[in-house]
Amino acid sequence: MDKTGLAIGEDTSLDQRVTFTRQGLFEGARQTVPVALSIFAYGLVFGVLARQAGLSTAESLLMSGIVFAGSSQFAAIGLWVAPLPVAAIVLTTLVVNLRQLLMGAALRPWFAALTRPQLFLSLFVLNDESWALTMGSLRRGSNNGAFLLGSGLVSMMAWLSATLVGGSLGNALQDPGVLGLDFAFTEVFIGLLVGFWKGRSDLLPWGVAALFAVFAAMYLPGKWYIIVGGIAGSVAGALKSDS
Amino acid sequence: MTVDPLVLVTIILMAVVTYATRLGGFLLLSRLNMTGKMAAWLHYVPGAVLISIIAPTAVPNALLAGSRGESGALTAGPAEALSAIVAIAVAARTKNLLLTMAAGVVAVWVFRRLLGS
Repeated sequence: MDKTGLAIGEDTSLDQRVTFTRQGLFEGARQTVPVALSIFAYGLVFGVLARQAGLSTAESLLMSGIVFAGSSQFAAIGLWVAPLPVAAIVLTTLVVNLRQLLMGAALRPWFAALTRPQLFLSLFVLNDESWALTMGSLRRGSNNGAFLLGSGLVSMMAWLSATLVGGSLGNALQDPGVLGLDFAFTEVFIGLLVGFWKGRSDLLPWGVAALFAVFAAMYLPGKWYIIVGGIAGSVAGALKSDS
Repeated sequence: MTVDPLVLVTIILMAVVTYATRLGGFLLLSRLNMTGKMAAWLHYVPGAVLISIIAPTAVPNALLAGSRGESGALTAGPAEALSAIVAIAVAARTKNLLLTMAAGVVAVWVFRRLLGS
């Protein structure tokens, strides 16, 4: 049985062999450098769009630093109109990030060995890319408990610097509509979506989500269509699944 | 370098719920039986949410209410819908986010010129 599986139930104790060292930290950082380039490019787009949505440089840096979750930050920026729909933004952030529940759960067999500060800090910098790299390293038997922190810190640096540079670029662009950049949100999400495509089993939940979202957008005010479609589609997927 | 108080509160709340999902998975989910329908549901959440963000802004509103709808999100004309199709094709073939964005943005520009919208 796969020790990393999501079917946990009991703590598989790998505690004794997991280490948290400076070398481990650097190893995580080193393996993340190539990935950081794509995080930077993506963060650049976030910086531009955040600026155009009206966030100041300080505000977008703050968001990138303490929220540090790409897709949900893009979703939030998409909702960013005056008066600020705080509840819709926070709820959307929560829903978009729910997948991190699964990531945290998958790390448990190894991370149960960490001290509280090591654990809290490592999970603060958790992100999709670092999680994937970390799981790979741990499954290969590295027992490197510091990998996620090293990887996450490099990702964070790339994300923050890109937000800053993107903000300056955003200032320079006067009318995004002329360049087609006003539609860049949709393109970003289409690009992101591909990473979630696992096969034909996604057709039903995605179709249901699209249908519910479009109808909700027709008849409900605000951005509730995201929640309506997200819930309808995922429930359809769960009901259809064999497990 | 200004921070609006309401913006500050919003960003902090976003950070709190996000960190809760990171820590919560570690602290709570391992105690639950993360198999079956619950795991399947969580698996489908991100894709369904992304589709729900995309669909209303990509389906041409002429096919729907002919207006922006109650939400104001139904903003796509033929140019936007066509460029979404281009982006989907590029995304499916290359699995590359930047290329997808670039292709989509260029397509919107071209189609808007061609269709005069």
